[in-house]
Amino acid sequence: MREQKNIFYNIDWITVCLFLALVLFGWMNIYAAVYNDEHKNIFDFSQSYGKQLIWIACAIILSLIIMMIDVKFFPAFSYFIFVLVLVLLVAVLIMGSATAGSKSWFQIGDFKLQPSEFAKFATNLAIAKYLSASNIKIQDIKTKLVTFLILGLPVLLIILQNDTGSALVYIAFVFVLYREGLSGNVLIIGFLVIVLFFLSLLINKFLVIGVIAGIALLLFVYIRKRRKEITMLVGLFILTAGFVFSVDYVYENVLEQHQKDRIDVLLGKATDLRGVGYNVNQSKIAIGSGGFLGKGFLEGTQTKFNFVPEQSTDFIFCTIGEEWGFTGSTIVIILYVWLFIRIIMMAERQRSSYGRIYGYGVASILFFHFLINIAMTIGLAPVIGIPLPFISYGGSSLWAFTILLFVFVKQDANRLLLL
Amino acid sequence: MKAPFNDRKYVINIIIFSIGAIFLCRLFYIQIIDNSYKLSANNNALRSITEFPARGLIYDRNGKLLVYNEATYDLMVIPQHVKDLDTAELCKLIGIDKEIFKSRMEKAKSYSYYAPSIFEREISKETYGFLQEKLYKLQGFYVQARTLRKYPLSIAAHTLGYIGEVSQGLIENDNYYKPGDYIGISGIEKSYENELRGKKGVKIMMFDVFNREKGSFRNGMYDTVSVAGIDLTTAIDADLQAYGEALMKNKRGSIVAIEPATGEILALVSSPSYDPNLLAGHDRSKNYIKLLQDIKQKPLYNRALMAQYPPGSTFKILNALAGQQLGVLKEDSRFPCSLGFHMGNINVKCHNHPSPCNLEQSIQYSCNSYYVYAFKAILEKSGYKKTSDAYNKWLDIVMSFGFGKKFYSDIPNELTGNIPTPEYYDKLHGKNRWHALTIYSLGIGQGEILVTPLQLANFTAILANRGYYFIPHIVKKIGKTKGINKKYTTKQTVKVDSKYFDIVIEGMDDVVESGTGTGAKIKKIEMAGKTGTAQNPHGEDHSIFILFAPLKNPKIAISVVVENGGWGATWAVPIASLMVEKYLNKKVDRVDLEKRMLEGSVKY
Ligand SMILES: [Zn+2]
Repeated sequence: MREQKNIFYNIDWITVCLFLALVLFGWMNIYAAVYNDEHKNIFDFSQSYGKQLIWIACAIILSLIIMMIDVKFFPAFSYFIFVLVLVLLVAVLIMGSATAGSKSWFQIGDFKLQPSEFAKFATNLAIAKYLSASNIKIQDIKTKLVTFLILGLPVLLIILQNDTGSALVYIAFVFVLYREGLSGNVLIIGFLVIVLFFLSLLINKFLVIGVIAGIALLLFVYIRKRRKEITMLVGLFILTAGFVFSVDYVYENVLEQHQKDRIDVLLGKATDLRGVGYNVNQSKIAIGSGGFLGKGFLEGTQTKFNFVPEQSTDFIFCTIGEEWGFTGSTIVIILYVWLFIRIIMMAERQRSSYGRIYGYGVASILFFHFLINIAMTIGLAPVIGIPLPFISYGGSSLWAFTILLFVFVKQDANRLLLL
Repeated sequence: MKAPFNDRKYVINIIIFSIGAIFLCRLFYIQIIDNSYKLSANNNALRSITEFPARGLIYDRNGKLLVYNEATYDLMVIPQHVKDLDTAELCKLIGIDKEIFKSRMEKAKSYSYYAPSIFEREISKETYGFLQEKLYKLQGFYVQARTLRKYPLSIAAHTLGYIGEVSQGLIENDNYYKPGDYIGISGIEKSYENELRGKKGVKIMMFDVFNREKGSFRNGMYDTVSVAGIDLTTAIDADLQAYGEALMKNKRGSIVAIEPATGEILALVSSPSYDPNLLAGHDRSKNYIKLLQDIKQKPLYNRALMAQYPPGSTFKILNALAGQQLGVLKEDSRFPCSLGFHMGNINVKCHNHPSPCNLEQSIQYSCNSYYVYAFKAILEKSGYKKTSDAYNKWLDIVMSFGFGKKFYSDIPNELTGNIPTPEYYDKLHGKNRWHALTIYSLGIGQGEILVTPLQLANFTAILANRGYYFIPHIVKKIGKTKGINKKYTTKQTVKVDSKYFDIVIEGMDDVVESGTGTGAKIKKIEMAGKTGTAQNPHGEDHSIFILFAPLKNPKIAISVVVENGGWGATWAVPIASLMVEKYLNKKVDRVDLEKRMLEGSVKY
């Protein structure tokens, strides 16, 4: 089949519409979050909504450019782009501007270019390229090691920038690896580790161990005939118990004070630690006061007093909850879930494994941001400063998510060309 | 083509759906079921009100109050609520013109349209009275109580420091601070900021559509109480400090007095100084600029910690100690002096005194020639082949006395002074191209050596203790019970054995009894001192004196520097002696001397 001249040929319009809906709804809420009687003009570029309008225009131009670029370009240059972004991550460590303790961006005039946002996209390219090679099997130790290396390099550099939130996002790739054949136990163990971590901090450690021992005993009764599995069970039990007791050590010695504060606030162990609990409470009050229908566009009162410092970035969901109520929040969540499911559906219909893996990466990264960000604003996760895709204020994140998504949309539109 | 592991897409889809469902349940709960987040139709806005705690008080060692708080009021504005304002009346009330009003309003709006900003800070009590009556007419304005620092004794400005508005950079790095908050900027106010500031409280209040307060939101469930700052007890003796400041009037320089047994700083005088109240009131910024622009006097410059001088003859004591420790000086070591040291083209002048001196006499007469020989012996005869190795050994001893490095004490901005490293001389003269007679001036405390008055006072305390010190510090006690940082109560031992101090101290006793420092003599108090003259290429030499007393069981060790004061005996010796008399006897009997010192001034 010949490649079509029309750049919209075979494009997945549902995805494009979901993208546009989220971006525009996001802009409306940024406008509402900083709205005041004095600056009503949406083209007031001194205000963040004015700037966001520019970022959105650029993002749309970017997506058009991506649709025009040859479909083979990104697969061919995957590693090159990955290395380029790694170099940028190193450069920002040396020359970047620091704010709030993290050194993560280049200041270019009014614009803050944050390489860590683009690193997710670049890593996704590299992972897709590596895992789609014909002789690669994820069950091989070597494959696991190389994958770990590809993920570990950007994570390490981002942690060095003191931006733990952005580093956590790379956990999302577990979904991709799982889809490509990594043992499902990884998901289960990961889930259990998180549950155990919080349980151990929250209640008596011996109680936790007791419950685990009980479960182990039940399993023992169930499988007592098979000697090999008993050994495994005992081993697992010892490991778990060790983990429970090491939680305190990790909490005290590995985590930094602000991270501890955030966990304490989440667990209700502390109510206000240097304003950390304050943000979460304000966020909950704002969302809660929205009620069923919300207070109406621009009618919000809680999200306007600078109560929450990151009102238009990480805590934008507050404004949505306050002004659009349960109805609006539900619509946003449905839009996201629809987008994720759609991307996964598209990923499954790819003919090349490169396309499939890349698509799963897109869905996983977006999903992980969605998960952490909203869970944080409604008090289900500790405060981790990562943006809500397409909605939060900020040029870097919007552009990076747009590129991430549209490279896949392009792949999908030309899926029949590729093998 | 059906890819392997195809079924796994269902697992991932289920996870995504479940998370979506969990979020919807949670939102349903907080937005619809839990009524406590809702505000009634009448109470439709929440505002967080910050409660500022009182900053901790600061006392002297005898419980005299040095710093306290006075109530003051800030006029706040919320731009969104400003309606039908009689601008002229407001301007008249607080005494500003229309232009200033406009620019402040702009500033408030650019910070936030909805959050309060300070419109006028530190309103006087009278204005506050008038304002209170008219406030109902000034919609959008309200008054917030705050505290202002006051210094009843007007002393120790450099040590206490001052507070000021927090900078933008700090706000971005520390989320405790909000624009308009105060923070310690220098002195103790800075180094004990965390103790002094306490903890701000936040009250979330409900307001109706007419901006009237309608009580606390959810019975104060989200409020936090403010916690008052912790009081500090300093080691300063307010009487001694005030006396020192009076003695140093019309002179430039510093006095540092330390209690040798503890390292507590009894007085820290830097002259010229200023009234600390100048930097605390309504005219703070105006006064600050005035002080900053006084380039001739430099009143903001803390000479006690930041001025660096060659120690002059006081450094001979250290060489006497180092020489003994390195085995090149004994009690009866004698070196010739023929009105100075003369060798090749090196000529170091000395005054007329009995010669040759032994070790004790060398200190009593402060013989220059003796210490050029002694330093030469240290570098040539202490058993090292290379000059730089012997020099390093000497350097090690000197640094152990606290010279050439910071104490990291609790008063900010101390400087290190300078003790040259062998690398420095390698660079200057070429590697291994320098020897004792290249750097002989170190023997008599001249040349590249620089020390701060604080280091000199600490050196004196080491002599008083015969070989150890505690890091000099200004705060004695935090709150009622909490002790100070352990590093201040840890004994620091120098690298000279205790037994070598006796002979040196005898020499210092002779200095006061019948040497260069006889002006320091006080009836019935035996003491040990040493004069020094810091060469000053820009004018008259600086006058230096170090002194500790009583000789047995010393209670005070002191260093005095009077810039351009000429020979030690003119200013530094009597001032140090008067300080000691004041501290030990609680009164001064030598009225004539006192009068001469209080009224005397050094020409600059
Ligand atoms: Zn002599």
